[in-house]
Amino acid sequence: MKLLTHNLLSSHVRGLRPGGGFPLQIQASEVRVRPVPFNAAFVARLVPRLRWAALLEAAESLGHPSELPPEPAPDYEADEPFLRRVHHVLLEVEVLEGVLQCPDSGRRFPISKGIPNMLLSEEEA
Amino acid sequence: MALAVPALRRYLLLLAQEHLEFRLPEITALLSLYGGQFSGEQEIHVNSPFWILNILSEEMARGLMKRTVCAKSIFELWGHGRSAEELYASLKNYPVDKMLPYLQSDSTYKVHIHTFNKTLTQAQKIKKIDALEFLPFKGKVNLKNPEHIFWILEDYGMDPNNVPEEPFHLYFGRWIADGQRELIESYSVKRRHFIGNTSMDACLSFIMANHGRVKPNDVVYDPFVGTGGLLISSAHFGAYVCGTDIDYNTIHGLGKASRKNQKWRGPDENIRANLRQYGLEKYYLDALVSDSSRPIWRKGMLFDAIITDPPYGIREATRRMGSQKETVKSTERSTENHIFVSSNYHLSDIFFDLLKFAAEYLVMGGRLVYWLPIYRPEYTEEIIPRHPCLKLISNCEQMLSSHTSRRLITMEKVKEFKDQDQNSYLLDGQYMPYRGHNSFREKYFSGVTKRIAKEEKDNQK
Repeated sequence: MKLLTHNLLSSHVRGLRPGGGFPLQIQASEVRVRPVPFNAAFVARLVPRLRWAALLEAAESLGHPSELPPEPAPDYEADEPFLRRVHHVLLEVEVLEGVLQCPDSGRRFPISKGIPNMLLSEEEA
Repeated sequence: MALAVPALRRYLLLLAQEHLEFRLPEITALLSLYGGQFSGEQEIHVNSPFWILNILSEEMARGLMKRTVCAKSIFELWGHGRSAEELYASLKNYPVDKMLPYLQSDSTYKVHIHTFNKTLTQAQKIKKIDALEFLPFKGKVNLKNPEHIFWILEDYGMDPNNVPEEPFHLYFGRWIADGQRELIESYSVKRRHFIGNTSMDACLSFIMANHGRVKPNDVVYDPFVGTGGLLISSAHFGAYVCGTDIDYNTIHGLGKASRKNQKWRGPDENIRANLRQYGLEKYYLDALVSDSSRPIWRKGMLFDAIITDPPYGIREATRRMGSQKETVKSTERSTENHIFVSSNYHLSDIFFDLLKFAAEYLVMGGRLVYWLPIYRPEYTEEIIPRHPCLKLISNCEQMLSSHTSRRLITMEKVKEFKDQDQNSYLLDGQYMPYRGHNSFREKYFSGVTKRIAKEEKDNQK
């Protein structure tokens, strides 16, 4: 699981408050950095879709602090060093084994071989 | 259309005679992707392999050909007629200053003849080429590696049992570019590493990405991803891809193989490896195990396109998570011996969930492309699911059997999603054909079901 995916994921356990279940807390037992070719235009398109604070927190929690600013600068589209740092945390850092935990309900979603399992039982959903 | 804008130039598109219904939506979608619009010279004969199009620039024509799998080649049209005389007259009217740059004495060229629905002898071909000597060709003929290729194209109609002596239409033009037909071979499912029972054939999966106007740097999502075949075509066009599936074993590449002569899936059969096989791994985002009836994404316009082939219970089961009690019930109802971990997912609910999901999670202008199973005797256009935020763009049929087909539905998000839009479209009752317990599946198997019922009856006697 890449941190881009993590930034878009939310818990969907029944009975969460509106907007609840985000961000999922990551407890990783295996993290890998796998290089991905840098594509400035793609990263620039992603930035407005991100929840920035959640990304910083997730990178931090995996031990990959990225020296990213607390907010994207207004002219980030032309800022290649910035986009490269975003690229690295979004696409190159991957959680292979671990757990995603719902911040509200505490429900744990396992990650195995890099693939999160988001299935809930009938009672939970 | 009658008021021809001078900036538009006439091009001849040569199309493949396959997936006929899918061609017009593909070409229209691709032209709009490059900022143009579909504009035919006269009424387009949808089933003909020859279309005359008005296109703004050669660059746009080249862009179209970098994407299309429905068209073979495009030509700058220099002349067109219903007889040889009409063609020659039309060529004499074509401005010489537009021809000259391609006929210079220091250039090389060749003339190629293409006939549809008739085969010509070599002597006939040479005669037709020689008849064009009135054109101011100054360059040298080079058959192996010419700079410019000119084509004579002759249309002998659609009826192979009634081929006319003379063609109905003749065209002459300068070759500009070929389409992407070779992708059908190079991405063939036969040589793909990781496949499932319902992997989409390569041509249709490229058509789906084109109908969806997938473009570089898009995020494309497949909520019924299976072995990820549909993601490959989007990634080929430069989009980043992700998918989810309820089947843990498929996403993890475990369990029985879909290939003949292979019992179990190998250790590296997964979506990522599939993309790697084609040099597209950099476009892989993630694959997740999840139930598409329960969105796992936070609210927001996250995806540029949703391209999917929902299961409709023929070759892969339709499922969502259910309780033990429900599982027992569904197995009781089922005539098969399978025991699903998850309960049956009614078709009406699949499409309800899919449209609602697309309306909420697509960016504005983003497209949903999916297959809808059809029981043909009951088909009317009214049964195509609607949503107030989604506009129907195209609807193309592919036959499956005499009484069933599937339709490729393309919709575009035209209105922002508000919570009150959620259920409004359910009121008009258009989902009735898909109501009830897997009605499509029952109808598809009606022959089989009747036989089983008869056998059971006979056994009770």
